[in-house]
Amino acid sequence: MASVALENVSKVYPGGVEAIKGLSLSIANGSFTVLLGPSGCGKSTLLRMIAGLETITDGTCKIGDRVVNDVEPADRDIAMVFQNYALYPHMSVYDNMAYGLRNRKTPKPEIERRVREAAKMLAIEDYLDRRPRALSGGQRQRVAMGRAIVREPQAFLFDEPLSNLDAKLRLQMRIEIRRLHNRLKATSIFVTHDQVEAMTLADVVVVMNHGRIEQVGKPTDVYNRPATRFVATFIGSPAMNLIPGRVIGRGKVEIPGSGTLEFDPDEFEVADGTSVEVGIRPEDMSVAAPGESNGFAIQPEFVEELGPNRLVHGLAGGAPLVLSVSSSTRDLGNGAVALHVPEHRVHVFDTTTGRALRRG
Amino acid sequence: MVERRPFATFLAHVVLILGIVVVAFPIWVTFVASTHHAKDIMTAPIPLWPGTQFFENYRKLLFEGMINPTAGGVPMWRMMTNSFIMAMIIALGKIFVSFIAAFAIVYFRFPFRMAVFWIIFMTLMLPVEVRIVPTFKVVADLGLLNSYAGLTIPLIASATATFLFRQFFLTVPDELAEAARIDGAGPVKFMKDILLPLSRTNLAALFVIMFTFGWNQYLWPLLMTTDRQYLTVVMGIQRMINVADTDPQWPLVMAAVILAMLPPVAVVLLMQRWFIKGLVDTEK
Repeated sequence: MASVALENVSKVYPGGVEAIKGLSLSIANGSFTVLLGPSGCGKSTLLRMIAGLETITDGTCKIGDRVVNDVEPADRDIAMVFQNYALYPHMSVYDNMAYGLRNRKTPKPEIERRVREAAKMLAIEDYLDRRPRALSGGQRQRVAMGRAIVREPQAFLFDEPLSNLDAKLRLQMRIEIRRLHNRLKATSIFVTHDQVEAMTLADVVVVMNHGRIEQVGKPTDVYNRPATRFVATFIGSPAMNLIPGRVIGRGKVEIPGSGTLEFDPDEFEVADGTSVEVGIRPEDMSVAAPGESNGFAIQPEFVEELGPNRLVHGLAGGAPLVLSVSSSTRDLGNGAVALHVPEHRVHVFDTTTGRALRRG
Repeated sequence: MVERRPFATFLAHVVLILGIVVVAFPIWVTFVASTHHAKDIMTAPIPLWPGTQFFENYRKLLFEGMINPTAGGVPMWRMMTNSFIMAMIIALGKIFVSFIAAFAIVYFRFPFRMAVFWIIFMTLMLPVEVRIVPTFKVVADLGLLNSYAGLTIPLIASATATFLFRQFFLTVPDELAEAARIDGAGPVKFMKDILLPLSRTNLAALFVIMFTFGWNQYLWPLLMTTDRQYLTVVMGIQRMINVADTDPQWPLVMAAVILAMLPPVAVVLLMQRWFIKGLVDTEK
């Protein structure tokens, strides 16, 4: 096992497209790190740079204490699981798993032992003689992971491994990957665009956008204390509401045409009169009890029923607002509805830079 | 599938049977003719059932050859061996060269890669017949006239096969190559362990096409060889007919035609198993 460290790495494709822009990241030994971001944000490119499948234009990539910029993928001592599994179709499951070890001249009994052990761990012992095409998607995914496990590498790299599975299997494999990680304690880097996967699997989430890191933190941090407007809207479903407003005093922000909101002045530092964007998650608002409201209200337009909860779409002072309430809430009717928002659940972002205006 | 209707089924069979008759009848007549005395098939009506000379005709042809000034008594087995060697070298050579060339074009980034591909592709438009004079000059200058090398090498470079392999390689997912790279397989190992087994259906198909192509070569061997030792079947048949002042020995010619047909048919039948296997396990 080893740590992975990236220092100021960048990737410029021939033709001038800059996929990764001077990015630094250190991944602790034994941690499960998830690279999360929308498609085209550079997360897969970054993973492939660590794997050695893409060259590094600038900066250094270290695995353990070794700079691996010019080391062949095979010699980096990493293993990778691909989205489409990339199993060798003409080889049996056993041979698929053994291929990498044979190429490394591992003694035969050792190969046998490792493959059997990994197969047992992944519950694919009965399929060792089969060809990949005779397996289901979930089983193929296990074989792909088995091929990585037998190598006993310094780091596991996962490139959206669950995207090709159906919803139910995805959930099951997610849990299994986590269980496997708890058992092997191997440094793992996992790329996904699915925030639920990121939240559930990760020790550390790295949110990326446009080839840059937006925030690195624990899943709860990324959700509760988003560092930027991008992170705030990317994590959470439905997305966080962003409403333009103006700070009118310590911990108070005016939403034109809707009322005022209170935020935690110990958390956010904003000068009076600053134009800001206020972020509130749909699930953090509730219909106000009489006297509880500070004047912030929603003008409902339509409702989406989701079963356990209900999304109310409407307007707050001209800005679109989504509110998530439990299905047992009474019908809100057509008029304006006063809302209660706990002050510590209000986020304040700089209008121009998009950064959260947190103290410190 | 189209819905089954009795009339449609009937019509389909009529068309198929007609097709078979049109193709198979001349072959049958050829076979019948090869089993009679020469005088029998020159008198009307032409016999439609095999005669008594089967063994005699084929023995004579295979081991003695036809005695006339051009065919010069080269036994048929000699010609068939020549044709077989030529066809095998051409087929295997084409496949080998094309496979390597396509591998280079698809899996390596080198300067002018696309230019190279297009140049290869353009040679599709230059079959041997078009470039026959310069090719002959080159081969003659290299002193390769009257040799198997001269017979085969100019026919080996193949744009068709290169193109087909390239198209196939492009359908192999990139991740497979990447997985192999991470698994410690270098380019040659990847080609040998992964690409070659995956291509076996294409290999079989190309082998059939290229073997038949090589077997049927006429113009090039005709120009290339003056020595009777290198006489091929297709050339040989032409020489058997080409006699002055007398009728060709049709039964022997017909026997030669039947024998000339057998190796390509055998190759098709043999390779068919691989095709079907490849079609059944569509794995990628």
